[in-house]
Amino acid sequence: MSDSQTHSVNVAQNTQAHRGLSLDREDICLTAEGLKLFYGEDQALKGLDIRIPKNRITAFIGPSGCGKSTFLRCFNRMNDLIDAARIEGTIRLDGDDIYEKAVDVPELRRRVGMVFQKPNPFPKSIYENVAYGLRLQGVKNRRRLDEVVEKSLKRAALWDEVKDRLHENAFGLSGGQQQRLVIARAIAIDPEVLLLDEPCSALDPLATLKIEELMIELKKDYTLVIVTHNMQQAARVSDYTAFMYMGELIEYADTDTLFTSPAKKQTEDYITGRFG
Amino acid sequence: MDKTFFKQHISQQFNAELEDIIKQVMAMGGLVEQQLADAVHAMVEGDVELAEKVMTSDYQVNAKEVEIDEECTHILARRQPTASDLRLVIAVIKTITDLERMGDEAERVGRMGLHLLDEDRNSAPMADIASMGEHAREMTRGALDAFARMDVDQAVRVAQLDIQIDSLYETITQKLMKQMTASPDSVPRLMDIIWATRSLERIGDRARNICEYVVYFVKGKDVRHTSYDQMAEQATGDRH
Repeated sequence: MSDSQTHSVNVAQNTQAHRGLSLDREDICLTAEGLKLFYGEDQALKGLDIRIPKNRITAFIGPSGCGKSTFLRCFNRMNDLIDAARIEGTIRLDGDDIYEKAVDVPELRRRVGMVFQKPNPFPKSIYENVAYGLRLQGVKNRRRLDEVVEKSLKRAALWDEVKDRLHENAFGLSGGQQQRLVIARAIAIDPEVLLLDEPCSALDPLATLKIEELMIELKKDYTLVIVTHNMQQAARVSDYTAFMYMGELIEYADTDTLFTSPAKKQTEDYITGRFG
Repeated sequence: MDKTFFKQHISQQFNAELEDIIKQVMAMGGLVEQQLADAVHAMVEGDVELAEKVMTSDYQVNAKEVEIDEECTHILARRQPTASDLRLVIAVIKTITDLERMGDEAERVGRMGLHLLDEDRNSAPMADIASMGEHAREMTRGALDAFARMDVDQAVRVAQLDIQIDSLYETITQKLMKQMTASPDSVPRLMDIIWATRSLERIGDRARNICEYVVYFVKGKDVRHTSYDQMAEQATGDRH
């Protein structure tokens, strides 16, 4: 075996060097620094720091109540809608603090779109659901609307299934189709980031796989952040995974590392289903 | 990581499945170890009966390999293990492949018990071969013991025993080469002895592989194709 040891070192070093992703080599889209969130007296987030890379899928996992959805909602100021919620620390989108007074919140939410657990199409036609954001922006040109609706539905991998019934009510679609419609609606207004809060938990396994495929397609154009209870889903789709527990970010690493060799015992216990 | 680590899943059934594959690997390892001991004894002593036993018992090792492989496949399909659980299953799959090959090598050594003539046995360095066999057996036992105990320090120590096996192999080969030069007629028969010692040397390599899987499984570090020093370095320090 001695001859094999001569090239041994190089093989080992190369494997280490080329193995997967590193945050240090990424363009960073969103950052949180010392982020704390209080619901009245209760502290839900306990000083979180994270860098979320551009054109990647980042997953937040952790047990119920660990703060992952709360954390996600900080990135487009959805927590502003909760009276008792108070935030300390900084969140930056492309380097700019999104909690500054001068920030135009509706414009922020255009740039950082959100998809929820339960598909929430408006009680309108498929077409009008997708065109909704543009109409709000004052776009009236029919050809432009047609173009964007078609493009968005195609990007959301829904076009072929609905192109012959664009003017039928969106509630006629299946759950999986509704969720893709909601994604089409979100991308119609050309966001930079899509926040997905358990987007598949109400869907069957095949509809789930379609959304996962779509996410991988969408990351070419957008930065995606997903909260999921389904660890296998995080393992399947995400590039980076953050494990949260009781309002703290316990471990954040590229998904390959986190699921094969997590550094923290708490992460290991959670993803392997052990008593914590 | 201690030995109770595999009993801490919320799913008791999963605990049982993981414990069972470890138990099965130990049983398979026990068979290989016995086969190796019998093979070396058969060769060194010319025990025909024992040689035949070695050759006919290889099917048991093969059957165990298939059985454990199947169980690992089921665990992967049904449990989708992650982290240390995943590493354990991968380490088991790789370990049993090596164990099965070690069984084949032992069979090759055992066959010498049938073919070797007494005059060859008297002229060949049988004491060295016996010692090499003992080392190979010690490595096999030590590697499996390290696996069962999840003991990376032991894995590193056992892996280093391969140096002694390699050096014995060198000594034996040189002695046999000399004999071949002196008596060309003996070449075909002595070549058989070289092949058998080569098999013992391979068993040492494969036992070392198993030690490397122990480090991978316990520490999450891939130490294949590294030096002993690098292996020792990766094996030290706490994982969590």
